[in-house]
Amino acid sequence: MAKVPVEFTLNGLETAEFVESGTTLLNALRDKIGDTSPKGGCHQGTCGACSVIIDGELRLSCLTLAETCGGADIKTTAGLAEGGVLHPLQRAFLDAFATQCGFCTPGMIMAAKVLLDRTPNPSREDVVEALSGNICRCTGYEPIIQAVLTAARANSQNAA
Amino acid sequence: MELRKDYFADVRKDGLHEIGQPRPRLDSPGHVTGKTAYFADRNFPGMLHLKMVRSPHHHARIRSIDTSEAEKHPGVVRVLTARDVPHNVYTILILIQIGPEDETVLADGKVRWKGEAVVAVLAETERAAQEAAAKVKVDYEVLPAVFDMEEAVKPGAPLVNEYHGQNYYLYDSGECRKVRFGDVEAGFAQADHILEQSYQSSPIEHAPTETTGCVVAPEGNDRFTCYTNTQAMFFTLDNTSIILQMPGSKLHFVGGTVGGGFGGKVDVIVEPIAILGAKLTGRPVSFVYSREEEMQISSPRAAEKVVIKDGVMRDGRIVARKVTGYTDAGAYSRHSPYGAQKGAAHYPGPYTIPNVWIDTYCVYTNRTPSSAMRGFGVTIGDFALEVQMDKLARLIGMDPLEFRFVNAYRDGDMKAHRQPTEGAALIECMQEASRAANWPVAEKYMAMSSYRKGA
Repeated sequence: MAKVPVEFTLNGLETAEFVESGTTLLNALRDKIGDTSPKGGCHQGTCGACSVIIDGELRLSCLTLAETCGGADIKTTAGLAEGGVLHPLQRAFLDAFATQCGFCTPGMIMAAKVLLDRTPNPSREDVVEALSGNICRCTGYEPIIQAVLTAARANSQNAA
Repeated sequence: MELRKDYFADVRKDGLHEIGQPRPRLDSPGHVTGKTAYFADRNFPGMLHLKMVRSPHHHARIRSIDTSEAEKHPGVVRVLTARDVPHNVYTILILIQIGPEDETVLADGKVRWKGEAVVAVLAETERAAQEAAAKVKVDYEVLPAVFDMEEAVKPGAPLVNEYHGQNYYLYDSGECRKVRFGDVEAGFAQADHILEQSYQSSPIEHAPTETTGCVVAPEGNDRFTCYTNTQAMFFTLDNTSIILQMPGSKLHFVGGTVGGGFGGKVDVIVEPIAILGAKLTGRPVSFVYSREEEMQISSPRAAEKVVIKDGVMRDGRIVARKVTGYTDAGAYSRHSPYGAQKGAAHYPGPYTIPNVWIDTYCVYTNRTPSSAMRGFGVTIGDFALEVQMDKLARLIGMDPLEFRFVNAYRDGDMKAHRQPTEGAALIECMQEASRAANWPVAEKYMAMSSYRKGA
């Protein structure tokens, strides 16, 4: 089958890969490029474990074709820590006991990042709404919500 | 969080340094940075993908299997059937002498539940494996099936599993696990009221976010590394060793990182066939359940039926309890004989009852094999018991919490399966629950103790 060249920016680095037409961004990232931080839980857009940020928008990489991502700016949880320093969201998830099995965590953090980028001081309802597409089967939702609210407070204190 | 240190203060050494202190989880830094390595995060050049051909019938004889078209499909490397598996009939708990071996790795001559694995296809891509699997032709003669436990144990019901010979597990105690304590009929004769109720549950799927699977890499020296999300590393290693007739020293299992298990990943299902595929092709193999397979194929919690008959006195004492429990194993044993046995020990509940009679059956039906899930064997039983306790309290017009104080087990009480009670804390838990829930009980119950004599 003919392969399609794709070029995009992944966590600030220029990335190029040949993929078979029809390959999802999730599989391209995980199997070709080696960024395994997005997870495949359902491959049908219902669990949110594969969530990434494309040009500032939250996207399900299992429902996004890699070949449609030419020139895009893609961010994943693997690229969130800068210079070895955890992002406030990562710090908050760590401190708030907001991970259990960890499988949903990268997707949750992506969803939370898009929220905080747009709404620096979200209400609890904003957080619940923003995470509503991400399933935590360990059902640790409350610590996750608290972690996002804590990260938002940390951000606004740093900005002040 | 509040630590109530007044309970058991006189019998506890108070040298607690860790309890009550927050401690970071060791695996969290990996989780929040996306660096935790789950089995599917391993990728090897030339890795093959395994897909199963599954039975569309609940119960059928296999007349023939034709894999010729599938083998010709572009990208297919190998097709496996029952005769490729060195020791095809196995059972997980044989490791602790709970037999007989009753389950096939790949169906041989018969399928016993809808979704049973029949043929394994290994191909260069997931898609090629899927397409080729659809080209495998299996000729079935459909047989009558049985889905209801009480129907299954009746004479003349279709025989689900020939390795057992009857539709229930034969324990060394006979057709069921039995607990006999005191004289249950004398207890009923003495009781002011008798209440018999029936409770039923459906199978429950664990639905972990990460589906069941493994990735196997041949190491080039006849040794195989298996990256797996099993919750039972050593059970899986030892059973794989039996199924593949391969010494354990040839098998290197890497795991412990599980994207949600809840008991759903303790069976030995994907690893033996994936390792066999890697051995026969010399290539790495990935076998990962789709979401549909996780929901339909992986073992659920067993459906259960619990019939409880209690004799109770007007003053609140339960004087007799008779329980008949049925655990639906589905078509194969897996962990269900053990689950049903746990139920037998558990059914008196955390209560001291002088006359107890318990029978628990592990029943075979043409349903998806069930297995472990969070407290399996006792969880549904607890639902039934505590609903029964509320009904009994209502029957005699007693407060349901006070009713439980009257019957709560305490240190030194003999349990029905003849283990003396030690370290009981039910009374203290209920006292605190009474305070926390603002559900007051009489002062004499608040003065009770699980361990102090006379209190």
